[in-house]
Amino acid sequence: MRLTGRDRAMLDGAHGAATQMAMSIVVQMAEVYGASELLEITAAHIDSTIYIGEAGLEFAERLAALGARVSVPSTLNVTGVDEHHWQEWPVPAGWARNAQRQMAAYASMGTIPTWTCAPYQTEHRPGLGQQVAWGESNAIAYANSVLGARTERYPDLLDICCAITGRVPAVGLHLTENRAGEVLVNLVGVSGRLQAHDSFYPVFGYLLGKTVQDRIPVVTGIEVQPTDDQLKALCAAAATSGTVALFHLAGITPEAPTLDAAFQGGQPTTQIEFTLDDLQAARQELTTATDDHLDMVVLGCPHLSLEEFRQLVPSIEGRQAHPDVRFLVTSNRGVVDQAKQAGYLDALAAFGGQITVDCCPLTTPMLPPDIKAVMTDSGKHAYYAPGLLNTRTTLGSRAECIQSAIDGRVVRDGSLWET
Amino acid sequence: MIQGQPLVRGQAQGVALVSDEPISFWGGYDHHTGEITDRRHPLSGSISTGRILAVPFTRGSSTTTAVLLEAARAGTAPVAIITTGLDAFFALASIVATEMYGVTIPVVAVSPQHFDGLRTGDSIQITADGQIHVHRS
Repeated sequence: MRLTGRDRAMLDGAHGAATQMAMSIVVQMAEVYGASELLEITAAHIDSTIYIGEAGLEFAERLAALGARVSVPSTLNVTGVDEHHWQEWPVPAGWARNAQRQMAAYASMGTIPTWTCAPYQTEHRPGLGQQVAWGESNAIAYANSVLGARTERYPDLLDICCAITGRVPAVGLHLTENRAGEVLVNLVGVSGRLQAHDSFYPVFGYLLGKTVQDRIPVVTGIEVQPTDDQLKALCAAAATSGTVALFHLAGITPEAPTLDAAFQGGQPTTQIEFTLDDLQAARQELTTATDDHLDMVVLGCPHLSLEEFRQLVPSIEGRQAHPDVRFLVTSNRGVVDQAKQAGYLDALAAFGGQITVDCCPLTTPMLPPDIKAVMTDSGKHAYYAPGLLNTRTTLGSRAECIQSAIDGRVVRDGSLWET
Repeated sequence: MIQGQPLVRGQAQGVALVSDEPISFWGGYDHHTGEITDRRHPLSGSISTGRILAVPFTRGSSTTTAVLLEAARAGTAPVAIITTGLDAFFALASIVATEMYGVTIPVVAVSPQHFDGLRTGDSIQITADGQIHVHRS
């Protein structure tokens, strides 16, 4: 592998012990990837922030103690604790303490403390063609697909090493030729009305990821321009059920103005059809609950945007969540502050809703043990919850989640999904 | 004998735990017990500690690496991992586990055809140059 003079200097310790440790890991990984050289990045998103145990904390604190500093603007992903609100939930104090230590370690490295899984909805979103090292599966898919930026799927521990050194293996989706579509996915017989509805993209994303796994799909048949938040839901679901780091929506995403451009002049290896039947089956799979019992509603996976907070207000204003149902929205402190200033949080408080900041039930052990039946509008949350949280989950639209919270039981109107 | 491509070199032997379904360790692996907890995965409920785990690749979360590192630290990790291609997430955890704890989990990539020949229960030996010896009783 070809290393530059600067690469070698970093590896030899000329830039300090932290950079040497980081570079050693980057170079070993570059060898795993079969890279012939490294490539420069200009931004990073660090997923290593999520506390899950002692090893990750030790890694972070070792780097911090060695004086690690990122060399490119680096946003931070979600945390293992809501620093200011964790006592409202049964989060073990020892967990909270360790998670805070891990946050502090990464914050000490000159990073940007966004604490969000939706960094693409901040001012730090990368641009078309920008080479970055992003972690967080949903953000990776978004950066590549929706923004046309270039990142590989950076695992925890490597993301921070790339941010410190400013170098990545020159492989995979960093290179133009590897970004061509591979599989053609035709959406057939799905009404524009369903496509425009917020319940469509979590289901479609889940089916897409499950079907294509690690291949790059090019999708045709999207009739309605998706909103930013709908694309967020699509990325989250697809990157969860599959290994989707890049997809193209023909005529919509920046590298797919035409089918020919999306395939870079090549032919798809496979053609697949998604019908309404396929989507209905996928929707069923995302619900593991078998009755209408409801303990809690969770919205904000990925983190709610300011626009979503705004849209929430008319749906809940003047109404009340059922006393037996907890209603939780999750987002990052930046958006929550903006929502507060805009007056969007009053209706939520009056409704009986709660907010968790910088993390979510998947990343922090906040759920009371009596929470067994959960409803969400997130394909990602619905997928992970049975294994991570041991809950029975129902996937609904946002409106259905709100109505269910009010009624005290799961209510869904499946008519939009019927032929 | 299968000649695989070693992504992380090392020796190991153990009983195979095989699935053709990709796996995510975040929400899919309990590093306290070594149990595979992805309830949608065919290996759900299996204890992977001390075994040779064979899955095609990882899917979903980039936190799989961190979970495998926790397992390496706790002693609940598989002794080796076999994949069908280059899987960075497993390899990285192994590289960092070596750096931090002196624990190396060999990761070897084999062709899909060779992968299809593996069965749960096979007795497997892996060498540092990526040779995989399979004994089936």
